[in-house]
Amino acid sequence: MIVDVEHLRRDYVVRRRAGRFARTRHVVTAVDDVSFSIAPGECLGYIGANGAGKSTTIKMLMGILLPTAGRVRICGLEPVAQRTVLARRVGAVFGQRSQLWWDLPLADSFRLLGAIHRLPEALWRSRLRECADQLELDELFPTPVRELSLGQRMRGEVAAALLHSPELLVLDEPTIGLDLLSKERLRGFLARERTERGTTILLTTHDLTDIERLSDRILVIDHGRLAFDGTLPALVSRVGAERVLVVDLVEPAAPLADVPGTVLRTVEAGGLRQHLAFRPEQTTAAAVVAAVAGRVQLRDLAITEPDIEDVVRRLYLSGG
Amino acid sequence: MVETSSRASPAAPSVARAYGAVIRSRVAAQTAYRGSFAFEVVGQFAIGLVDFSEIYVVFHQVRAFGGFRFAEVALMFGLATCAFTLGDIAVGHVERLPDYVRSGQFDAMLLRPLPALGQLVTSDFSLRRLGRFAFALVVLAASVSRAHIHWTPARVGLLAVTPVAGAVIFCAIFVATATVSFWLVEGTEFANAFTYGGNYLSSMPFTIFDRAVRSFFTFVVPAAFVGYLPALALLGRDDPLGLPSWLSWSGPLVALLAAAVAGLVWRTGLRHYVGAGS
Amino acid sequence: MPVAAQPGRPAVALPAAAALALARAGFARWATYRQAALAGMFTNTVFGVIKLSVLLAIIKQTGGTVAGYDRDQLSTYVWMSQALIAVVAVFGSSDLAQRVRTGDIAVDLARPLDLQLSWLATDLGRAAYAVFARGVLPMVLGGALFGFSFPTDPAAVALLAPAVLLAVVVSFACRFLVNLAAFWVVEIRGPLTIYVLTTNLLCGLIIPVQLFPTWLKVLAYATPFPWLLQAPCDLATGQSRGWAAAGTVAAQLAWSLALLALGRLVLARATRKLVVQGG
Repeated sequence: MIVDVEHLRRDYVVRRRAGRFARTRHVVTAVDDVSFSIAPGECLGYIGANGAGKSTTIKMLMGILLPTAGRVRICGLEPVAQRTVLARRVGAVFGQRSQLWWDLPLADSFRLLGAIHRLPEALWRSRLRECADQLELDELFPTPVRELSLGQRMRGEVAAALLHSPELLVLDEPTIGLDLLSKERLRGFLARERTERGTTILLTTHDLTDIERLSDRILVIDHGRLAFDGTLPALVSRVGAERVLVVDLVEPAAPLADVPGTVLRTVEAGGLRQHLAFRPEQTTAAAVVAAVAGRVQLRDLAITEPDIEDVVRRLYLSGG
Repeated sequence: MVETSSRASPAAPSVARAYGAVIRSRVAAQTAYRGSFAFEVVGQFAIGLVDFSEIYVVFHQVRAFGGFRFAEVALMFGLATCAFTLGDIAVGHVERLPDYVRSGQFDAMLLRPLPALGQLVTSDFSLRRLGRFAFALVVLAASVSRAHIHWTPARVGLLAVTPVAGAVIFCAIFVATATVSFWLVEGTEFANAFTYGGNYLSSMPFTIFDRAVRSFFTFVVPAAFVGYLPALALLGRDDPLGLPSWLSWSGPLVALLAAAVAGLVWRTGLRHYVGAGS
Repeated sequence: MPVAAQPGRPAVALPAAAALALARAGFARWATYRQAALAGMFTNTVFGVIKLSVLLAIIKQTGGTVAGYDRDQLSTYVWMSQALIAVVAVFGSSDLAQRVRTGDIAVDLARPLDLQLSWLATDLGRAAYAVFARGVLPMVLGGALFGFSFPTDPAAVALLAPAVLLAVVVSFACRFLVNLAAFWVVEIRGPLTIYVLTTNLLCGLIIPVQLFPTWLKVLAYATPFPWLLQAPCDLATGQSRGWAAAGTVAAQLAWSLALLALGRLVLARATRKLVVQGG
């Protein structure tokens, strides 16, 4: 196992002001009795609402936060005690914390990281070429990092995390704030990195599409506890989350009330746009589209996915 | 760093080269704008001048200060300021640790395969402070030639070693006090009392201070070993306050001790940071 | 960058209510940094002890007084000046320059308030907080430990508070001018360093101006800097009393008005540049 976590717990001591001088002391448990493991080559999606304990878990996995209780092994190492050894075998991308040197050209950051990871010149050169080709970095090399757009910088961050060919890549909200095209590019690259090199990936995200495109397994953390461990379809069916097919018609039509396996949610613009909800375990998107297309002439269609916060909320309501 | 990684091959560059690359990049970034860099170097030279003006004004009023003549006090100032500026150039930026913690840059350092302190220290080198160092060297050279030192090989050696030992002492003070910000996020100014305060005090004859101040800045924060005590040894004078004369020669040893203590304090602080979370 | 301010537009006054609100905001903004205030006080006290040691060593040689100061007056001088460091912002400030660099200054100029006076109101709020948070303790502690001489002259006592207030205004007017440099140069670290250096030396922070050799004293009084720190300290130590005290405060007032006027002139040119060249 690349990642092995058993009964992990983390408490924070929080002092709040109570009155002019008094402070009261609270213990808040951010992560509570979490156990999971990740096999080599797996891609695990780690999801949960803001403040559910995702970042706390990841900090403990990376050795920058000490667990209150429980056991963590990454690549067989103990993260806090063996942090610098571990850092050579793990790569990390934190959406908000840059690994790059903001006042230097992007190329210089890679030279520095090569030196810091003590990569032999030839290995560094070939690996950088690979990353630069796939992430289209060459044109960005002379630009100081502070002048890069968010999407450009994120490509740089991912290359920086992969430069030393880590066994495990940890991504904390890698697509947050990116435009659709940049998101898609990044997902494509990560998927290739995984299939071609067998890199294990752990990913936190708010975007279900990231999970769909990349992960075979997801963990849901809620209020510090593990609420779900399984595949995305299993999660969706368990909470009964709905996908919604939105169709734009060429001509206004009567409400499509009786398409098999669907429930008509709303009708807009006098029948020109209609929303049909369906549950993935009962029917497929293709079957619904085919049924609709058999009755009316379609101009455009879109499928909206259940929102992650919503899925988590439902999971919680359904009794975890 | 004691480490054997499965990936370290004989062809792998050394840790020293890793730090070297980081330092070179920092230097290049600072000197990129030659005009403003030169301006800042001159500004730093002027800071030295303003600091020294205090001693100049004092000697405008009196002929002996704490029992020492102008050249002798200038010698203490020169030794202390050389040491402080060297220490400041090397590690002075550790006082920005709270900013690094807040911005997440410190966590980014923890994710790299080098010790955090090493990365923090090499994250910046304020070369413009060489201007102030240059001023200190001028004062040191002038005072050495006018203080009537009776030269022996031992004294020549002491003069050469003292600025470096003093710099190590200031590095230790910088690191130990910056560590405080792991506990007190806004503690930077607290550290200033010992770093900049230590610099101020170490350039003065210790005879002017109250006993409690003297003992604290000799035995707890070893600022006396930077300027005052080595100056006594160079001048061949005994401490008017009765410290044994061998103490005046022990700056280098004290520097090593201070460095070790600072290292321990840092480790404790880092353990607290990783333990408490931010 | 579109700016509402037009070159040569009539100055908009600052209503009293707005001034009070701005001063309060200035006070509140700094009041959140309690730990920093405590740490700063500690550091000011340590530096005060060192400074006082230097001055006491001088009077030990000169027979008890120097330039008219006795032991208690020197102590008063040191603790008063340490207490005022944060109040008159001896180490400078660069928030205005920051707003110029980021372009946020356009927002300020678009407000229907006088820019200079609103910044002054905010700065007075900041100074008021600094009096309590950073001034009182070093003064009380230092005075209790090392001696203190209370001014006995009624004029000096009455004018002490106005002198501190005017010291803040002179300091503000100087810093305002330095910060305006940001309209013409990208990085104001250079001008700021020079300003801080000159002030620190000539305002009497490092050593009282009265102890300077004549040439340096003359040079100091050719600048506004002694009116930042030396002037209020003169009232507190009893160096300036009666009509002299009134003269001190009058000089502070004159410098305040002159520097504020100069600041307005430079600001007008800067805004014209901003409007004409689009920032």
